[in-house]
Amino acid sequence: MRSVSIVGIGQTKVKEHWDKSLRQLATSAVLDAMQDAHVDHADALYVGNMLSGELTGQENLGALIADEVGLRGIEALKVEAACGGGGGALRVGYLAVASGQFDAVIVLGAEKLTESSNCNTTASLAMAADADYEAAHGISFVALNALLMRRYMHEYDLVPEDFAGFSINSHANAINNPNAMFRAALSREQYKNSRGVADPISVMDSAPIGDGAAAVVLMATDQLNGNRARAIKIAASASATDSISLHDRHDPLWLSAVELSAKKAYAQAGITAKDINVFELHDAFSIMSVMSLEASGFAERGRGIHFARDGEIAPQGKLPISTMGGLKARGHPVGATGVYQAVEAVTQLRGEAGKNQVPNARVAMTQSLGGVAANAVTHIFVN
Amino acid sequence: MNQLSNEPIYTTVWIGSLAHWAIGSFGVSMDLARNWRLKDQRYRLAGTICNNCGTKFFPPREVCTECKSRDLRVHEFDGHGAVYSFTTLTQAPMGFEEMVPYIIGMIKLDEGPMIEAQITDVNPSDVKIGQRVEMVTRKLREYGDAGLIVYGYKFRPLANGN
Repeated sequence: MRSVSIVGIGQTKVKEHWDKSLRQLATSAVLDAMQDAHVDHADALYVGNMLSGELTGQENLGALIADEVGLRGIEALKVEAACGGGGGALRVGYLAVASGQFDAVIVLGAEKLTESSNCNTTASLAMAADADYEAAHGISFVALNALLMRRYMHEYDLVPEDFAGFSINSHANAINNPNAMFRAALSREQYKNSRGVADPISVMDSAPIGDGAAAVVLMATDQLNGNRARAIKIAASASATDSISLHDRHDPLWLSAVELSAKKAYAQAGITAKDINVFELHDAFSIMSVMSLEASGFAERGRGIHFARDGEIAPQGKLPISTMGGLKARGHPVGATGVYQAVEAVTQLRGEAGKNQVPNARVAMTQSLGGVAANAVTHIFVN
Repeated sequence: MNQLSNEPIYTTVWIGSLAHWAIGSFGVSMDLARNWRLKDQRYRLAGTICNNCGTKFFPPREVCTECKSRDLRVHEFDGHGAVYSFTTLTQAPMGFEEMVPYIIGMIKLDEGPMIEAQITDVNPSDVKIGQRVEMVTRKLREYGDAGLIVYGYKFRPLANGN
């Protein structure tokens, strides 16, 4: 397998883009990434997306976007893994270059969630779960996370406020990210008083849905030529699965797909969790941050919660997470999110993260989850 | 063969048309065949048991997750268990808006598997982890005024159950 590098990044702001269609958002991100990479061609395009068919009535995104960005004729496919589709598309793009099939590919994540009513979007997001045995009983995606948070609180004797530090960190970081959806600080008091969605999960535990697109250009490291200066190497790419439904797991409080994909990634990169300087994790809900930290090897079981209490997750802390706002405050355009994470990891490793720059960042990890970590895609980047 | 007509093709077209009409009227399909296919699970908690290692499954599986055997038979669960976790929904997906607030539970069945369903016949503030529950048949949802009414399992607390 060949070494693969990211040579260009592009993104739109995450928000309710009433004035822009899915194709406009996608095109904007791809053209920005191509400009950043100084390339005008790629051999293939892989599109991470979850709900274009359901909410926009548009499938076949590969052909649509390849043509829009002036690349009609190339290989172009949509990759779907629920909210982890962005990470999945990056994985497919990585394989295409690493295998020697192509020298340069574009990976895009694009999602438009605000085209429909809230109830309809809530029902659509539940498609990430088991349609017959979860969604058919009125179980929303938030409810699944609430079931885990309640049980976690029960086993480790916690209250909802113990989770506040994760959302507070995400909001603090989003203030300095011009592409973030919520650029406002969150106080402990606001967290405490926020509206419930599915108890114990409140609005301030939950990532907001939004529209957005992000893209990266991948090239074989040995073909970089003039792009070498700002290239960031993909040191590992790994994915794994768990049962799609919570009820089929022997131990619902352990994200085994996260553990499997992280272990494979550490092995490929030849490092351990201790070597990670930046971790863009899938904080769709506070409980996911906690459980991802544990299953990825950063904390003992039941101890992930302490990262938030002790301030270790800030950009100056021991393990900075969600450094550009994370899903919670940058926003969560589900199938696009995994590519946003890659864009942010590259930004950190280039040293271009401004006020949120992690000092001496050299190794960054991203983790994109589909469903309640039924699919977990982990990437490690080094500069 | 249906009793009203000797022309099964006609019947098929009629069901298709009905589903199409439902999509037009409510923005969602009524999932006629799909709801019918799930009747054994919804009404009788029909799962499977592995003939090789004895592991029980709900929902039913064709391959045993424990020993990978493909030799499984139907097993009906008695529907008794305890609450593993629960939540009360105040923001519902489409089709469930009128039930808000409602309680979702993960139930650990006495016979082994975990099952996710609504918890009914109880105030949200009275539900507790570890509480004993039993399966009951209740209305799961309606597909509009002229649409299907879907029934299936929910769980209710047992009297004196802790």
